[in-house]
Amino acid sequence: MHFEYQIEGGNFTRAGYASSEIKKKLKQLNVDLGIIKRTVVATYEAEVNVVAHAYSGTIYVDFDEEKVVIKLVDEGPGIPDIDQAMKEGFSTASSTVREMGFGAGMGLPNMKKNADDLQITSEVNKGTTVVITMFFKKEAKDL
Amino acid sequence: MTVKELKEKLDLTIYSGEQGLDNEITGGYVSDLLSDVMGNADAGEVWVTLQTHKNVMAIASLKDMAAIILVNNHKPEEDTLAQSNEEGIPLLGTAMTTFEVTGRLWELIKK
Ligand SMILES: Nc1ncnc2c1ncn2[C@@H]1O[C@H](COP(=O)(O)OP(=O)(O)OP(=O)(O)O)[C@@H](O)[C@H]1O
Ligand SMILES: [Mg+2]
Repeated sequence: MHFEYQIEGGNFTRAGYASSEIKKKLKQLNVDLGIIKRTVVATYEAEVNVVAHAYSGTIYVDFDEEKVVIKLVDEGPGIPDIDQAMKEGFSTASSTVREMGFGAGMGLPNMKKNADDLQITSEVNKGTTVVITMFFKKEAKDL
Repeated sequence: MTVKELKEKLDLTIYSGEQGLDNEITGGYVSDLLSDVMGNADAGEVWVTLQTHKNVMAIASLKDMAAIILVNNHKPEEDTLAQSNEEGIPLLGTAMTTFEVTGRLWELIKK
């Protein structure tokens, strides 16, 4: 199964929409609740990062028997130093975004903590690609 | 305790999301940083905050939280109310500060 969602940079009123749709799909598939919870955290943070830091993006979601792969591809400023960005507390969010309560620099650490696998690649002045993989059975990862 | 019982005990204003008044409260989380709530709050909790915009509802819904309490007489924005009604997650308000309302919440729902 394959789904796609568009994300508009700067449009906070739509932020979380795609994550909510993905959550519904996982529930329909009767995925374990704990896995759904972790998927929701990782996906929401990735979605909001496109809204807060990039110009536009697309989420590609692919389900199969044993996993869901959620790939977010954005056009934006990119991340010059991914290791630095991964540190809790690091943020370049604007003051407007911070006033809304975003910009704590906790999004990427939340993604790392909750995703079974997280891959981030980025090119400055072009964009960022984030791939979140979640396995439906805990064992699948360890096989 | 249900949201309705909490509303009565703390004399909270209800702005929206009345369908969710029977939601069971299992705990609470207090924060104005959205990623902190996303990462650390849990299903069934009541969320105390001063953030009034719609993203608060998006998070409460994604996390299956029981209700939101806006402190210090902060009023929700129109689209926040609309989403609260759609999701059936009550949006409550109080004139109390975060400190006061959290203290009273703790007394009521501590295990
Ligand atoms: N898609 C992206 N495009 C460009 N920069 C990004 C992107 N995602 C993250 N970043 C950079 O990495 C930093 C850290 O991201 P992270 O999600 O951890 O924190 P934040 O978004 O600033 O705040 P929070 O997630 O707590 O609201 C961002 O401030 C930004 O500089
Ligand atoms: Mg973020």
